[in-house]
Amino acid sequence: MKAISRTAPSAEATGARSFARTTRLLMAPAVIFLLIWMLVPLAMTIYYSFQQYNLLMPMYNGFAGLNNFAILLGDATFWKSLANTLIIVAASLVITVCLGLALALLFNRTFVGRGVARTLAVAPFFVMPVVTGLIWKNMLFHPVFGLFAWLARQLGLEPVDWLAHYPMLSVIIMITWEWTPFALLVLLTGLQSLPEDQIEAAKLDGASAWQEFQHIVIPHLGQVLYVVVMLESIFFLTSFAEIYTTTGGGPGTATTNLPYYIFQTVFQQNDIGIASAAAIGAVILANIFAIMLIRFIAGNLNAGAAR
Amino acid sequence: MNSSRFSNGVMGVLAWIVALLIFFPILWLLLTAFKSEQEAFTVVPSFFFSPTLESFKTALAQGSGYWHYAWNSVLTAVASTVIGLALAVPAAYAMAFYPNKRTDFLLVWMVSTKFIPAVGVLIPIYLVYSAVGLLDNALGLTLLFTAMNLPIIVWMVYSYFRDIPKDIVEAADIDGASIMQTLFKVVLPLALPGLASTGLLALILAWNESFWSITMTDHDAATLAVYIASFKSAEGLYWAKMSAASVLAIAPIIVLGWFTQRQMVRGLTFGAVK
Repeated sequence: MKAISRTAPSAEATGARSFARTTRLLMAPAVIFLLIWMLVPLAMTIYYSFQQYNLLMPMYNGFAGLNNFAILLGDATFWKSLANTLIIVAASLVITVCLGLALALLFNRTFVGRGVARTLAVAPFFVMPVVTGLIWKNMLFHPVFGLFAWLARQLGLEPVDWLAHYPMLSVIIMITWEWTPFALLVLLTGLQSLPEDQIEAAKLDGASAWQEFQHIVIPHLGQVLYVVVMLESIFFLTSFAEIYTTTGGGPGTATTNLPYYIFQTVFQQNDIGIASAAAIGAVILANIFAIMLIRFIAGNLNAGAAR
Repeated sequence: MNSSRFSNGVMGVLAWIVALLIFFPILWLLLTAFKSEQEAFTVVPSFFFSPTLESFKTALAQGSGYWHYAWNSVLTAVASTVIGLALAVPAAYAMAFYPNKRTDFLLVWMVSTKFIPAVGVLIPIYLVYSAVGLLDNALGLTLLFTAMNLPIIVWMVYSYFRDIPKDIVEAADIDGASIMQTLFKVVLPLALPGLASTGLLALILAWNESFWSITMTDHDAATLAVYIASFKSAEGLYWAKMSAASVLAIAPIIVLGWFTQRQMVRGLTFGAVK
């Protein structure tokens, strides 16, 4: 039905030209806005990455060739920030997806007060990341006044200074707390679209709960899992507020990820050229995931059109 | 039967325990907000205390600046949502009802701009903003929020428009209605619930945004995210006040979020999960 209506109506070619002009006018503002705010700056970032450009030393500004990239590749902090970024993405992904899936299966069952319990469980996703950082830093992780320190003392253990001794783990815990609800929310939505009759049929065939999970639930959730993994990867690559409010990238460079490294290079060292070169790295990294995701969305689009 | 009822019961209890554990940090924040500063900052946490509104009063008091930041948050979130919808509706309308061979490409291209990391465009935007006076400026921040949310808004409005039966639009066209008349008289009224939830999603995302507000504003246009982030080095002294300010900043969003869970999934996954 929609497939037919989506092909250009050649019979009504009379009005077609003015139609085309009107529709172009309708689309122009949004397209131009995105060009100006996203693509032009991206092009400028690429340009800056080949310039020697420090706000504090304007006399040395000029074309730098690949120099910024060379400096970057020789900078241990850059490599450390790249490694930290990948550790944050990988660890947070594994934890949020596994926990999210387990929770989605749990919350897909019927039990008393399910709606309320589910609502409580997804709440962290709606908390602004800045607040997340402060809750965890001050009220939970704090080595003296935090709840975890008190718990440790109750158990007769030595309180741990989480952000000082396990900074990376702490950051991952915070990100996981925020994003497991997202995985739960999306996977639960996916589970609820699982056709009842398939499960009934499997049960009649004597499938065990594990077989049902393995052969029906997982294949059905495959697409959803794929989307969750891609989206979360892109969001985790750009984690910032949780680090900014808690560790400030430290101790040392222990939790400096790529966005934080760029932030420091711009706002503390005022080095536009090197920060731009690092930003290009961040864009390339994000693109690895984005291209796969966009391909999927585009494929979905055509599937939707043919429906 | 009995054993399955038993296991259902166990799973229900387990689900509740997990839900409460996940929610606990928010609950703890809420409790701290109702404590006095002395009670908030103790080695042995006080679970039972006489609740006081003192911290809310200090947080909202004249001179705390709370209203200044709250106003900036409201202004930038609402304005960016309105501008976003104003840009997205015509575009989505053209793509949904008058598609041509480039439509799919344009739509996917718009969506793909969402995946450019903010740091990839931060530097030029910062430099241009400081050159033209948009740094620490509510309009500058609003336009950034618009750019950040526009791909999602376009996508969602498009998907809601696609849910409208094409016959209705074609009938209006045949009756001689112009494209714009069809949009305002036929399409918009039908898509109003969808537009409302799209707007709500954009509001939530703009309200919670922190990267752009932290990098682009300082005081004049600073939002609640920036204000709350400024507590990051307040060692102990203001925990109750910080908690009260945070509760006020997140409570409306959590409530709105609870109502828009489905739209959130639909929007953030670009329709891949409904």
